[in-house]
Amino acid sequence: MKNKYSIFSLIKNAFSQHENWKQAWGDPKPKGEYEAIIIGGGGHGLATAYYLAKKHNMRNIAVLEKGWIGGGNTGRNTTIIRSNYLWDASAGLYDHALKIWENLSQELNYNIMFSQRGVMNLAHNLQDVRDLKRRTHANRLNGIDAVWLNTNQVKEFCPIINTSPDIRYPVLGGTLQRRAGTARHDAVAWGYARGADEMGVDIIQNCEVKGIKRNGDQVEGVETSKGFIKTKKIGVVAAGHSSVIANMAGLKLPLESKPLQALVSEPVKPIIDTVVMSNAVHAYVSQSDKGELVIGAGTDAYVSYTQRGSHDVVEGTLKAILELYPIFSRMKMLRQWGGIVDICPDASPIISKTNIKGLYFNCGWGTGGFKATPGSGDLFAHTIANDEPHKLNAAFNLNRFVSGDLVDEHGAAAVAH
Amino acid sequence: MFLINCPYCGERDQSEFSCGGEAHIVRPKQPTELSDDQWAEYLFMRKNIKGIQFERWNHAHGCRKWFNMVRDTSNDKIHAVYKMGEKPPVE
Repeated sequence: MKNKYSIFSLIKNAFSQHENWKQAWGDPKPKGEYEAIIIGGGGHGLATAYYLAKKHNMRNIAVLEKGWIGGGNTGRNTTIIRSNYLWDASAGLYDHALKIWENLSQELNYNIMFSQRGVMNLAHNLQDVRDLKRRTHANRLNGIDAVWLNTNQVKEFCPIINTSPDIRYPVLGGTLQRRAGTARHDAVAWGYARGADEMGVDIIQNCEVKGIKRNGDQVEGVETSKGFIKTKKIGVVAAGHSSVIANMAGLKLPLESKPLQALVSEPVKPIIDTVVMSNAVHAYVSQSDKGELVIGAGTDAYVSYTQRGSHDVVEGTLKAILELYPIFSRMKMLRQWGGIVDICPDASPIISKTNIKGLYFNCGWGTGGFKATPGSGDLFAHTIANDEPHKLNAAFNLNRFVSGDLVDEHGAAAVAH
Repeated sequence: MFLINCPYCGERDQSEFSCGGEAHIVRPKQPTELSDDQWAEYLFMRKNIKGIQFERWNHAHGCRKWFNMVRDTSNDKIHAVYKMGEKPPVE
């Protein structure tokens, strides 16, 4: 490794006031032709490039990013990682990712600050209780750790939750996945970028894709703001803008792009050492290592690419937060932002070939793509390299909207969609 | 978040309305004769345009009537509102 990070390199660089660290990834000019091109330099796209180079020995590839790497949804999400999904196909997909997360810092030689602090999902009515218990059983049958907690156990696990029976939506219990947690989202993009760059992948920022050139049903290259680039394989990982790229290739996708909001508070001392999500009232909260409360709100109920989101959505979330955590009533919110999420009708992603040869899509992650980043990259790389899906992403093909074999995680996925 | 000029009630806050998605998707006249591909196209495939989009809205917390809207999804600017059954404006 050309520039291995360790305690020794840290000490060595301390002597030169940390001014001689090498750039973690380069700033290359695009070549005229690549073996494969990944459109989108977020976590999923960079992970795809990393695994294409590492596991499939495709080194002559490029990642094209319209802005800067990790500047889209990778840097806008609430960093929650879990795999407690209901259906077998989803459990396989998300737990594959979780297993990679567990060793990712070591593999990348980059501290992604993965913290298995547990994710708790609250139940607020009898149907929630039935659904969450069912999901706990389904998780266990799939080898995913999950336990049911009653109201007292919820209080014990997270003492600041208001478990009074008098609140509008009382806490009737919850599920806990202890292996779940959070990671530093920017570090994931940076770590993958550094790893991919080291294996010869060109990461080209400020390079917007303007068109996709086809010859019949085979792709020939991409038209970009930095000129035409020839390639036989294109992997699109453009999140909220997937439909925009698809339209360039004359393709329609079953997606709607909507703003999803999050906000953080002023930093305070450690008060909540886990992630608590609540489906029924749509509020979830965790605390970053800097001390900010990280709060996730909902999506706007209409298509928009504005990266803003509506105030009433934030207001609804904060009302629920205050009812569940009265202790936060005098906290000030520091920042609020929106990211554009591409939502599938069945709230499951698409990692698939298309009917155009050499064009692959990894999209539809909707409100919960961050947790899948390493698994998504690994499986998408497999799909691109072999022109065939891996068995773990076979169910997430584009054809399921024709066959009707949907992976319906709506509501069952433990967050409101 | 924006203001919507309901063709029946006038200008109201967007939170009073619910969006019904892409407009002018016609239900197939002969459903039994459709192939799986055509059904998928009708049910699931959407233009999801970044730019000028035609869509259906319902004044859910008002007159509860449906109408159409022309909106730029890249900046949420509304260009036109017209009633159901009326021809979409050409720009």
